[in-house]
Amino acid sequence: MYEAKVVAFFCTWCTYTAADLAGTARMSYAPNVRIVRIMCSGRVDPQFILDAFHRGADGVLIGGCHPGDCHYQDGNYKTLRRFHLLQRLLEQMGIEKKRLRLEWISASEGDKVQRVINEMVEDLRQLGPLKISASPVAEEVEGETEAVAAPAL
Amino acid sequence: MSKPKVAFYWCASCGGCEEAVVDLAENILDVVEAVDIVFWPVALDFKKEDVAKMPDKEIDVAFINGAIRLGEQEEMVYLLERKSKMIIAFGSCAHLGGIPGLGNLWNRESIFNRVYHEVPSLQENNQVLPLENASMNGHDLHLPEFFDTVKHLHDLIEVDYYLPGCPPTPKLLLEAIQTILKGELPPKGTVLSPDKALCDECDRNQSKPEKLLIKDLKRVQEVEIDPEKCLLAQGIFCMGPATRSGCGALCVNGNMPCTGCFGPTSRVKDQGAKALSGLASIVDYSDEESIQRLFDKFVDPVGTFYRYGLPVSLLKRKTFNQNPIQESDKG
Repeated sequence: MYEAKVVAFFCTWCTYTAADLAGTARMSYAPNVRIVRIMCSGRVDPQFILDAFHRGADGVLIGGCHPGDCHYQDGNYKTLRRFHLLQRLLEQMGIEKKRLRLEWISASEGDKVQRVINEMVEDLRQLGPLKISASPVAEEVEGETEAVAAPAL
Repeated sequence: MSKPKVAFYWCASCGGCEEAVVDLAENILDVVEAVDIVFWPVALDFKKEDVAKMPDKEIDVAFINGAIRLGEQEEMVYLLERKSKMIIAFGSCAHLGGIPGLGNLWNRESIFNRVYHEVPSLQENNQVLPLENASMNGHDLHLPEFFDTVKHLHDLIEVDYYLPGCPPTPKLLLEAIQTILKGELPPKGTVLSPDKALCDECDRNQSKPEKLLIKDLKRVQEVEIDPEKCLLAQGIFCMGPATRSGCGALCVNGNMPCTGCFGPTSRVKDQGAKALSGLASIVDYSDEESIQRLFDKFVDPVGTFYRYGLPVSLLKRKTFNQNPIQESDKG
């Protein structure tokens, strides 16, 4: 069965800490996510997102601090603007909007990490795998999904 | 010593790059003096067979312009690769995919459908699709394959150097030819233009405010453009910050924004993503509604950010035929 691959960029101050909290609280969530820890959601260059899709991700999740809470004042607002423009671009490129998601998750919201990841993985399951012709892993995706499911247990 | 042998060829392009060679004006006489042009279909009567008959690696330098759209172009590119010591991708189309690369927002099926079925001027019952092979009155007819995806030169073969631009300026071409003739060659794969952003050589850079912020986006036909002030500061989207320099800011000097034909600098992987990032950074709104409203005015993100570079971008083309939802996957 197809298992979605999600690359998640979590800011170290809020969302990554929340993911940590979800872990220490032993909350379980879908194992389809690879979390990349970054200093600020504003550090997510749109190139990272396109590169993730290019290399076989079915979805990309960005987690940052709530508006007004950014450790660097306004990094998350930059992310918000990039996100909206990127959504328009992805739509034109035939990539469904649900494949890119932006969420504000504060350090105390471990349960939100759990909910958002579960929702996103479910959405991606409904959408099916993303097929990008330029992807270097396009042919391997089928075989690789098997391997992905295994270590998650 | 015999003169170096040079070939020019065009693939999917408008002919502007050929024009750029002629634009060398009287300098072309020096070039013709120094080299021996052995193949140039647009100007001189050589045929494919003439090239095919040459021994391998007979041509010293082949300048190839245009993107790769048809099987015929692919065939010629492979032939020229076999016959040439050095390949130069000439112009935006060969370098990045260029304007023909925007065809990657469609595919063969949707293009054929439009051209041969939907165009209102078509006669009814005359909606014939071109076939690659057909027989008529005992003759076999062959048309080259029309590819689903437009490619750039490097998708097919190793390219030695890139001359960017739509078209490359005579100055760049002349400098490149002189560099080659002198034998002072940079590392293989180099783009023969300065590796800095266009803003670096733009006269309007001085007028850029220290903190560049915009509240509105305007299209060039909507406003009278101030010929001195940085275009971005005027709310006109300019690709300059995400584009390689070397053209001398021709478009900006003509009071038009840069559209990005020189491609990115070597530090950037995806020109469009970088340009998008830059634009999003200078928009002076932080509430979702205003952001949405402003970007709704940005009607064609792909055509703006990837006007010349869709085939080299990370996504390369529009994605078609996403999986229909399968029952077994739902659970």
